[in-house]
Parts: sequence; structure tokens; C-alpha cells
Amino acid sequence: MILIKIFFFPGLLFLMTYALYLQWFDRKVYARMQNRVGPPLFQPVADFLKLLSKQTIVPSSVQEQGMFWILPLISFAAVATSFLFIPVTASGPFYSFPGDLIIVAYLLTLPTLVLALAGWISTTSYSIIGGIRCLSQLFSYEVPFFIALLVPAIAVNSWNIATIATHLPHLVATHPLYMIPLALAFFSGLIALQGKLERKPFDIPDAETELVAGPFTEYSGRLFALFRITLDMEMVVGISLLSAIFLGGANPLMGIPGFVMFLIKTLFVAFLLAAIKSATARIRIDQLISFGWKILAPVSIVALLLQITMINL
Amino acid sequence: MDKQIILPIGPQHPLLKEPVHFRFSIEGEKIVEADIRLGYNHRGIEKAAESETYIQDLYMIERICGICSMTHATNFAHAVEEIAKVEVPPRARYIRVIVAELERLHSHLLWLGVAGHEIGFDTFFMVAWRDREVVMDLLEGITGNRVNYGINKPGGVRKDISDAQRKELQKGMDILEERIRYYQKVALEEPTFIARVAGIGKLDKEIAISHGAVGPTARGSGITYDVRRDLPYSAYGEIPFNVITSDRGDVLGRTIVRIGEMLESINIIRYAVEHLPEGPLAARIPRRIPAGEATTRYEAPRGECIHYVRANGTEVPDRVKVRAPTMANLVSIRSTLLNQEVADIPIIVAAIDPCLSCTDRTLVLLSNKQSSEITTWAELRKKSLAKTKRLL
Repeated sequence: MILIKIFFFPGLLFLMTYALYLQWFDRKVYARMQNRVGPPLFQPVADFLKLLSKQTIVPSSVQEQGMFWILPLISFAAVATSFLFIPVTASGPFYSFPGDLIIVAYLLTLPTLVLALAGWISTTSYSIIGGIRCLSQLFSYEVPFFIALLVPAIAVNSWNIATIATHLPHLVATHPLYMIPLALAFFSGLIALQGKLERKPFDIPDAETELVAGPFTEYSGRLFALFRITLDMEMVVGISLLSAIFLGGANPLMGIPGFVMFLIKTLFVAFLLAAIKSATARIRIDQLISFGWKILAPVSIVALLLQITMINL
Repeated sequence: MDKQIILPIGPQHPLLKEPVHFRFSIEGEKIVEADIRLGYNHRGIEKAAESETYIQDLYMIERICGICSMTHATNFAHAVEEIAKVEVPPRARYIRVIVAELERLHSHLLWLGVAGHEIGFDTFFMVAWRDREVVMDLLEGITGNRVNYGINKPGGVRKDISDAQRKELQKGMDILEERIRYYQKVALEEPTFIARVAGIGKLDKEIAISHGAVGPTARGSGITYDVRRDLPYSAYGEIPFNVITSDRGDVLGRTIVRIGEMLESINIIRYAVEHLPEGPLAARIPRRIPAGEATTRYEAPRGECIHYVRANGTEVPDRVKVRAPTMANLVSIRSTLLNQEVADIPIIVAAIDPCLSCTDRTLVLLSNKQSSEITTWAELRKKSLAKTKRLL
């Protein structure tokens, strides 16, 4: 039973399937907003399978051949693990303990570090610059993201994702003023997530017209497929996390309707992310850092302070 | 950090639509040196033109560029007409203006989309190219082709514009004007777009003059120079229009100039369609062009295009020389790239709207310390044969 939960539902298989579906949803919404037709439903699956069947080339300039192979697996494992703490139905996640919000935030940081490392050991100029940009970007969105996650945690006085998801809707119903800091935090969390997922306007590390594919430039075949699906899975985890702690996740419905609720809420967040993606141009790394520290972080901090003040009133 | 990384871009790179090689030395994210190498797509059209007749050459020269094909064809036709001392009938001159301005519209819309893509604004790219289809359809309706229109011939044009087509043109211009005004608003108001183009790729007026910049690149730096106004050809002397300039000197300035020029083009087309004179479409031109030479200038969408033709009294030209506008603009591109960020390379390179295949030259490598080896054609062939043998 535990193995089924880990590997099928709500574990790995569901995560991968939903990641591919969400990729399709994102591409379709993006395409429709640009007046294009967009890909058919099974395009992400086809892309993934095609990449798996391609030859994997490791450039001879790579010194750490073993690292080159292991890095995609590490980020894949980190993201897959983090999903075990995310509640998909109202009965709670596969595993939870009082501080699991921290562990999810930590595990979601790993793929970025892995990407920077992957870019660095690829030893070509595009991937090295991409890797450096990954790290610089990390410093501008990570702090606002963490602070934004803290706001609902402080409101509910719990660092457990499932508890926040269950209690927050009731809390907001009794204290409607809590909406203000929560909305601010949701906004800043959403933007920071966009940066975390390296999507427009923050797709700076793999800016196609400058750096080809950034840190991925030297990756091909199965390893590249792993990286791609990891990013999609990271998107699922990030979106589910936001929808769980800000929008109540599967609550207030139980069982299968609750699961449908989870899907609707995550698709709503995904739609918001796709809308941001289609309405903006890629910004420069220096602009991102000043945006992250001058706008995003202050907004998160203001939300946090407001929330703390309101709790103590 | 004083360690420099060499960032090669091209000849194959997602930034480039045509093969060219850029070599950037960067410190962190800052460009400290930029070098450009041409020569990947030389096609020898000038030499080939010496072995075909004038009529055949016109079609070959039209294919120098897929975007400004009207530019090269008209420019060559002008040169031939000048040598043969043939007066082009007014209706033909107006039709040439209409097609040329449609070409400018489609070229600038294409550029707008590409510029959006280079700064990662793909929605702008898709929408601009969707609206470009309006122009492409109009061009197809008038000339029969979406690119390489084939409407010119020495002495005039081949096809007439009917009254129904004139109505279509007016309708198309109304649609385009509305859309282009919207782009003007986006380019001047959308914050992420402005953040990426304002103050980027600065080209001072003095450098633009001394380095011979032409077209929107020069006009974006405040130089009021437009061949259409200063040395009018076709019917431009009879049509009122403004020369759009901007004093900004950056990529935003060039964007403003191009969008303004599109609106001017719409007005020119409207005027030309309304005032289309009656008369024959072409003047007769002799098969053998009398000996003589002519240099003609033409305001292409990318800037001033120069053709030189020398005739020797036979059916084939003695010499044809083409100077595409990108050749003039590439000279100043280095000074716009220095001290900029890596992230700005795509938009700065795209801002001159490079049309590299039209520009391309053969590369003669002079021996210096860096290049210790010069491979001759015979050696190259020998190597190729040896490799084929090894593989078999």
C-alpha cells in the first residue's frame, strides 16, 4: 500500500502525468493568447518519449563524467520527494510532520543549485554563463518566496502544509481583513515562483537568443528528458504548494470532489502563470535583481509584518 | 573579475537567422570586445550577373534578398533605365512606389516581431507576424507573389493595379493603421519592453555619421537622411511625406523610427492609390543597352541601397555592383555593442535589422600571427577526397 502511494497515487506516476498535462495546459494557454493553435494533448508525452529514445552525448570536455550523469537524477529525486508532503486530497499528504513547509521549500531549491552545477561542469561558455545566472537569480526570488510562504504559516500558527490548507479558509472567513496580507503574499509568491521555474519574464538562465539553452546546452537524450520533466514536476509542486497554503488546496470538499477541487485550483494558478508569461518580455539579470530586492522582497515583508500585527490585535 | 570569457555567437546560433560569426570577449556579463566575421553565405551574384542578359539579371538580382526584393529589382531597373536614357511612364512609377511601400511595411512588421522575439517577448512576435499577413496578402493580390514579386521590368512594371485592388489596398491600410497605432502604444508604454530597449545600444550622431550608418539606424540617431526625400526616385518627388527621426540614438529610438515610418508608408500608399495616373505601364527598352554606367540609390527598408551598373553596348552588363544597406550599418555595430550586457546582444544586433546574405562578401584571409595556416581550394579538395576514402 505504501509503495502504491509512493509510486502511483499521490506519488510519482501521478506527479509525472500531471506535470506533462500541466505542460500541455501551459503551452496551450500560451499559444491561444498568442493567436496560435497550440500543441495537441499528447505532445508533451511524445516529446518526452522521443527524448528518451535519443542518443545521450556527454561532451569530452566534461571532467566529471559521473556528476554529469547523476545531476539530473538528484534534481528529479528532490522534486519527486517534495511532492510527498503536498496534500492532493483533503485526507492530507502521503507524509507530513509539523515542519514540512520548510522541507518542501528546501527541496524546491535543490533543482536550481543542480542546474547551476550542471551548467558549470558542462565547461562551455553558454552553459557556464547560464549556470552563473541561475545562481544570481536564486538570490533575488528565493527570499521573497520564503517570506511569502511564512505569511499563511504565521496566520494559522502552524508550519504544516496540510494544517494550513485546512485551517486557513475558516480563519479568513472569521477574519476577512487577513485577506490583505495574504493577497499580497500570494502575489509575491506567484511572481517568485515564476522566477523559480525560470519562465518568462525570468527565463534569464536559458535565454534562447543569447545562451542557446543555458545550463542545458550540453545535455541531450535521456538526461535532458529528465531535466525537462523535473522542471515540469517542479512547476506542479510549486503550484500545488501555493494553492494548498493560500487557496486551501482540496478543502473544503472531501474525497474525489476534493481532488477535483485541487485540480481546479492548480489549473487556475497555472493559468495565472501562463498569463504572466505571455504578457511580458524577458528582463535582464540586473533588472531582475533590483526588481527582486526593491519590489518583491519589500512586498513580502510588508505582508508578513501586516499579518503579525493583525494576529496580535 | 578580470578573467575574460570568449563568447562565440554564430555561424549557427538561435539568435541568427543567417550565418555570420560574432566573437565577444566578456567580463562577467559585460562586453569588452566585439568582432564580426562575414563570408558564410557568399553567392557570387555580381559575377553571375555578368553572364546573363539584363532581363535575366533582373530576376536574379531580385533574389538577392527575400525581404527587400523590390529594392534590388527597382534599383537595378533604375540603373538600366538611366544608361538607356528611357523615361518610365508615371503610372509605372506610382505602382513601383506602392509595392515598395508595401514592402517597407512588411519588412518593418517583420522586424518588430523579430525584435520582440530577441528580448523574449514572443507574444509581440506572434501578433506582429499575424498582422504582417495583411500586407503579404495585399502583395500577393497585386503582384501574384508573396515574396520576389516579379513586377518590375526595365522600363516599367508588368502588372496593373485594378480599381478593385485599389479598394482592397485602402481597406488593408485602414486595418494596418489601427494595428500599428496599437504597436506604437505597446512600444512606448509596455514597461518590460521599454526596460529592455531604452538606453541600449547607444549610437551617437557623430559616430553614426563617421561610420556611415544608413536608414532607420541613422535616423534613430537623429540624422535626417532619407534617399526618398533627398534624391527622389520613382514618384517620391510628387508624394508628400515626412522623414521620421529620433534623437534618442538607442534601440528604442530605432523602434520609434520604424513604427513612425510604417505610419508614413500607409499615408504614402493611400496618396499613391488615390492619385494613380492613367497611362501605359512600361516604356520600350532596347535589348542592347548602349555603353555607359550608372549608380543608383534607393531607400530600402534597412537604409540606402546602392547599385552600380556598367554597360558595354551588348545584351549583358559589363559589371554589376551591389552595396546592401546592412554593409553600411555593420561598421557602426561594434561601437553600439561595447560596454553592454550579454543579455542585450540579441536586440542590439537585431536593431540594425541585419540582412546578412544580401551583404555577404568573400573573405580573403591575410596572413597574420593568429592564422598560421591558409588552406587553398586544391588542398581542401584533396582533404575531402581523403576523408571520403577513409569513410568508405
